[in-house]
Amino acid sequence: MTANRPGGPTGVDEAEDTTGPAQVGWVEQALREHDERHDHDGHGAVPDREQQVLDRIDRARRRRPKVREERITMSHGAGGKSTHTLIEAIFLDAFRNPLLEPLEDAASLAIGTAQIALTTDSYVVSPLFFPGGDIGELAINGTVNDLAVSGARPLYLSAGFILEEGFPVADLTRIAGSMRDAAAAAGVQIVTGDTKVVQRGKADGCYINTAGVGVLDRGAALGVAYAQPGDAIIVSGPIGDHGVTIMLARGELDIEADVQSDTAPLNGLIAGLLDAVPGVRAMRDATRGGVATILNEIAKAADVGVLVSEDDIPVRPEVRGAAELLGIDPMYVACEGRLLAVVPGDQADQALAALHTHPLGTHASVIGHVTSDSPGLVHLKTAFGGTRIVDLLVGDPLPRIC
Amino acid sequence: MKFVDEFRDADTAHALAAKIAALCEPGRQYKLMEVCGGHTHTIYKHGLEDYLPESVTLVHGPGCPVCVIPMGRVDDAMALASEPDVIMTSFGDMMRVPGSNGSFFDAKAAGTDIRMVYSPLDSLKIARNNPDKRVVFMAIGFETTAPSTAMTIMRAAQENLQNFSVFCNHVTIIPAIKAILDSPDLRLDGFIGPGHVSTVIGCRPYEFVARDYGKPVVTAGFEPLDILQSIYMLLLQLSEGRSEVENQYSRVVPWDGNPTALKVIGETMQLRPYFEWRGLGFISHSALSVREKYAQFDAELLFHVPGVRVADPKACQCGEVLKGVLKPWECKVFGTACTPETPIGTCMVSPEGACAAYYNYGRMNRHRVKEAVTIQVGRP
Repeated sequence: MTANRPGGPTGVDEAEDTTGPAQVGWVEQALREHDERHDHDGHGAVPDREQQVLDRIDRARRRRPKVREERITMSHGAGGKSTHTLIEAIFLDAFRNPLLEPLEDAASLAIGTAQIALTTDSYVVSPLFFPGGDIGELAINGTVNDLAVSGARPLYLSAGFILEEGFPVADLTRIAGSMRDAAAAAGVQIVTGDTKVVQRGKADGCYINTAGVGVLDRGAALGVAYAQPGDAIIVSGPIGDHGVTIMLARGELDIEADVQSDTAPLNGLIAGLLDAVPGVRAMRDATRGGVATILNEIAKAADVGVLVSEDDIPVRPEVRGAAELLGIDPMYVACEGRLLAVVPGDQADQALAALHTHPLGTHASVIGHVTSDSPGLVHLKTAFGGTRIVDLLVGDPLPRIC
Repeated sequence: MKFVDEFRDADTAHALAAKIAALCEPGRQYKLMEVCGGHTHTIYKHGLEDYLPESVTLVHGPGCPVCVIPMGRVDDAMALASEPDVIMTSFGDMMRVPGSNGSFFDAKAAGTDIRMVYSPLDSLKIARNNPDKRVVFMAIGFETTAPSTAMTIMRAAQENLQNFSVFCNHVTIIPAIKAILDSPDLRLDGFIGPGHVSTVIGCRPYEFVARDYGKPVVTAGFEPLDILQSIYMLLLQLSEGRSEVENQYSRVVPWDGNPTALKVIGETMQLRPYFEWRGLGFISHSALSVREKYAQFDAELLFHVPGVRVADPKACQCGEVLKGVLKPWECKVFGTACTPETPIGTCMVSPEGACAAYYNYGRMNRHRVKEAVTIQVGRP
């Protein structure tokens, strides 16, 4: 290398270790482990060094998660890798119990002879009003969907409001109206609530928390951990509508497109599916982190491989176009009314037929299968004809999506 | 989708793959470098390597704007951002690049006002809306993004904005390519030339590569078929014993570049005598600073910039990866201590970085997966 070094600034400190306070220790440890392993490798023939590295990474990824940041960053709320790390390393660590541990969308509880599901979700979407919905509708549908995908019949919701001083009452009235209409459409009642007001600048208009209970009266055991090789993976319609709508609604990008949020209650669609296919293994609604995140949750929880085909994943042309322009992958973009279901392979046609009869499921399709190969990894056959993996989202392309 | 799907057609890809395989001489190994990080991203995102014979290896080059920013410059930017009343703006890719005391994201979480912009012009909007603040745009990138920074400086001058400046880190691609050609570590057979940079500088500046170093260059577009076709064009040159500069991306790249863009760069910026590149060291005449005529918009003159050189973390082998000497997975800390979530090196940060592309998209046993997916690549 003949790159010139014409003096440069003086006082260059080349040898100093500058890994920074957050990295000291774990970098050294990784290096030590690497060297130790390297010594072992030295004794025999090395068939495939790349495979060894892949195995090492696999082991590293299975280690107990740890939050390395000193402060919360926006990534911690993005629904991707950092969110998972935060939940597992801080909340699960502090609250650990068998009911919480599955980390499903809702907890399944036995109270007396009844089996009920309990969930909660907070909404901080910006802007509050967007094409296809608003924060109020989102706050109802999101919680209804978390109950429905756990196999429960949603019944009662709570609503908590954190309002900023100066927030227009007219907007609050409009939001409450949307919540009333969404609750009626989903067949649930809002039966308790709470209101707090904070000083101007201490919140952004209006935040909402809803919690919900539903009854698990089907007796079906659902969970991504039940996925088995051969199962089919189904999505109920085009993905990424909500995320792209929010992104464009913020008006920062000077792009316009005819898209609207897909926010909708999924309990009707799901009831139809469960009636037709009692063997459904797992369901999720693809919110933050998108379809890609759920596929990774399946692969990790059930220790299976997942193989999906890009050609089979429904994405509206407007959404694909906007995502292409913005350099984001629709697989990671949030939906607010899309179901992802894992069903036994031989019941996939039955499941599709059931979904197709419901207005929210007319574009349902099988996007891939569960495999026994490469447990823990999601592979994608690209439309171009190649293969790649689909990992958990890192960073936050789009904060405050819901 | 129009103008996209036709460049990702699997049937065309199979046909091209067969032609590529037919050009490969038995027993010969081909190492081709894609200079641009955008190409690296496309290659991994679409699984393009599935179409290549074993004898063709793609080596990832230094053309990733974020990857070549040395740690000391990140620290400088952080020092600027923490000056009183400063709002720092930069592109999203820059936010997670680690300095010696964390990244912009960490600084933002700790209260520093750092904002992500999609265009440098957005920084002007922020400056207009915050007259009591001083807005500093951290400009990064090759000749691709330099014209938009140049236009922003000229616009600020027209408006006589008093509270806007640029912390200029623009670099130029040719000295980096030359440094790689002169590197004794590496034997390359040809270059997939950077597409976006060439829309500005054209194809003529690469002529020395073909003439003096005897290596073919094909400037390529960013869709997977563009890259596959440019690999075919390179192999065809090699099989015919030619070394020329060819333009696969002629639908966008004019042979002589974009004179208007070059003019605004020349108007507002000048070559620095030398600049430090991450992993490559100091390279002379390889970067741009704001011209004296626009000194009032030069953050390096308006603020105190520490300018201390900070050595890369010992564990980090980004330099070797940037030069193409190491494959991403050959780095000691790849995927264990250094991941996209907690990157040590810049190559793991940007989606255009080779390590991030491999980690996010290519981290798999290609042979085994190929069997599982039963892709039948056309081979003679």
